[in-house]
Amino acid sequence: MTIQLASGLSALTELKGREIFNGFAAKSPHLASPTAKLDRKLVDTIEEAVRRSGLKNGMTISFHHHFREGDKTINMVVDVLARMGFKDLTLASSSLQSSNSVLIEHIKSGVIRRIFSSGMRGKLAEAISNGLMKEPINIHSHGGRVALIQSGEIAIDVAFLGVSACDAFGNANGVSGRSHCGSLGYAMVDAQYARNVVLLTEEIVPFPNGPASIRQDQVDWIVKVDEVGDPSKISVGAARATTNPRELLIARLSADVMEHSGYFNDGFSMQTGTGGSSTATARFLETRMRAKGITAAWALGGQTGGMVDLHNKGLIGTLLDTQSFDSVAAESLRTSPRHFEISTQVYASPTSKACSIDRLDMVILSALEIDLDFNVNVLTGSDGVMRGASGGHSDTAAGANLSIVVAPLIRSRIPTVVKHCTTVVTPGETVGVLVTDQGIAVNPKRPEVAERLKQAGLPVCPIEELYARAVAQTGEPKPIEFLDRVVALVRYRDGSVIDVVRQVKP
Amino acid sequence: MKIIKDAMAGTLESSDVLVKVSPSDGPLEVVVKSEVERQFGEQIRRVVADTLARLTINEGVVIVEDKGALDCTIRARLQAAVLRGGAVEGLDWSILQ
Repeated sequence: MTIQLASGLSALTELKGREIFNGFAAKSPHLASPTAKLDRKLVDTIEEAVRRSGLKNGMTISFHHHFREGDKTINMVVDVLARMGFKDLTLASSSLQSSNSVLIEHIKSGVIRRIFSSGMRGKLAEAISNGLMKEPINIHSHGGRVALIQSGEIAIDVAFLGVSACDAFGNANGVSGRSHCGSLGYAMVDAQYARNVVLLTEEIVPFPNGPASIRQDQVDWIVKVDEVGDPSKISVGAARATTNPRELLIARLSADVMEHSGYFNDGFSMQTGTGGSSTATARFLETRMRAKGITAAWALGGQTGGMVDLHNKGLIGTLLDTQSFDSVAAESLRTSPRHFEISTQVYASPTSKACSIDRLDMVILSALEIDLDFNVNVLTGSDGVMRGASGGHSDTAAGANLSIVVAPLIRSRIPTVVKHCTTVVTPGETVGVLVTDQGIAVNPKRPEVAERLKQAGLPVCPIEELYARAVAQTGEPKPIEFLDRVVALVRYRDGSVIDVVRQVKP
Repeated sequence: MKIIKDAMAGTLESSDVLVKVSPSDGPLEVVVKSEVERQFGEQIRRVVADTLARLTINEGVVIVEDKGALDCTIRARLQAAVLRGGAVEGLDWSILQ
């Protein structure tokens, strides 16, 4: 005889109206179905995933940019949303690239109304600099993006995250399947904070897929697609490896600066950013480390083949990887037990309970412009048009004991050292040293570093002298003319506004 | 000096300039296109006009496609193109300084 469980409980006042048990599957109906139990997250099309996610006009969608110029996910999903008739969406991608120029049409037609991004390049950046959008876009740093998400200003309704492989529950990473992007450091944040998470995967692999960069308890829906990205295009553009002799000269000089900075001691830590000279600095460190008989405890940030090489030789103990810049780095993440994947929250968020940049000794960073107060522009070109990204620039400059900015003194005929930056992304108070092919300048705030570099015989001079040297060769550039209209707000990592970008005069 | 045949000098590499000259019967026609027009357009035109004046070029067509070359490069490429395309007899080398 079957006795109805909990049948006599409803009369008891002590329950104070609490619900009465009604069977194990009452609230988890999938448990009653042997198939739904295993594959209830799998949907056939992006459209179906969008419908189930509950996305509505005016909501916020997000993406990661680990595939950089090879990304296929952003354009594909926004295309689908446009066909489904969505309007007024906020696009919060961790960054945007030249390959995202098709978004121009979706902005014109009203599908996308607001944008948050670390930066932008190419035709999209040109169009927005020329006033394409009614509302100014927001440019944030990698750490600053997490801060904006935590403060609620970026409230992600649906995250569409492209991964190379996941299992049917949504355990995903960037090192299994076909198209390895390596670390999913940007996407891990979206998976944690988005109200709804849709995974687009190239492959569904047997459970349990590991390591789970994105975990099953964070994922709502899974769609299998042909391609999420082309990893061969990750190291194109900003993350390229240089053979340019001038960039290699600067890289060697910046390795000299690291060596004599006072921070080149056993157990030190470092990061090299994007840009030819910055990435190439790693190549010049090996002989200097061996000569002094020291090793680095850890290296942070975007990881490259150069850093992996030092790691494999035992010269860097641990790699903390928030973005793998090439296939060597992605493969090392898969195989090396001391190559750790970290989210941008662990990497650089000022509102995180602890971020790794705070422990960083030295960071090598690029610049489009640097002014006489050492303020740095990595966003707008000398023509005033956006052509770069904030990235981890202001984050690492703020956290590191010494930030070293590397750049050629002149690019074609455009001086890199200027009186005033077109746009300030990183405040000069967080910049230590500028290394150019024609000399090194140290921020007057760091006299002890200047002294050490001079004693090592490095060509140190005041930044004003570098400026004079540049304009003696190029002539004094005429200031760019802008209209009053603001096309982008540049947010500092703590969410405050440090500068704006105005529409360029046609 | 007079331009008597088509000639060119320079390249379209970054930091260089490509100069093409050709003869014409009308007055001197100079076309300047530059990647750094906004910041250096005026200065480039001044250097081009000055260099052509020193070479006493008063007729012909001169096309300057600039990829961000320094003034010294612009002068050198212009002189090379004009000397290749011009009727040069007993060149006064001092005008090339």
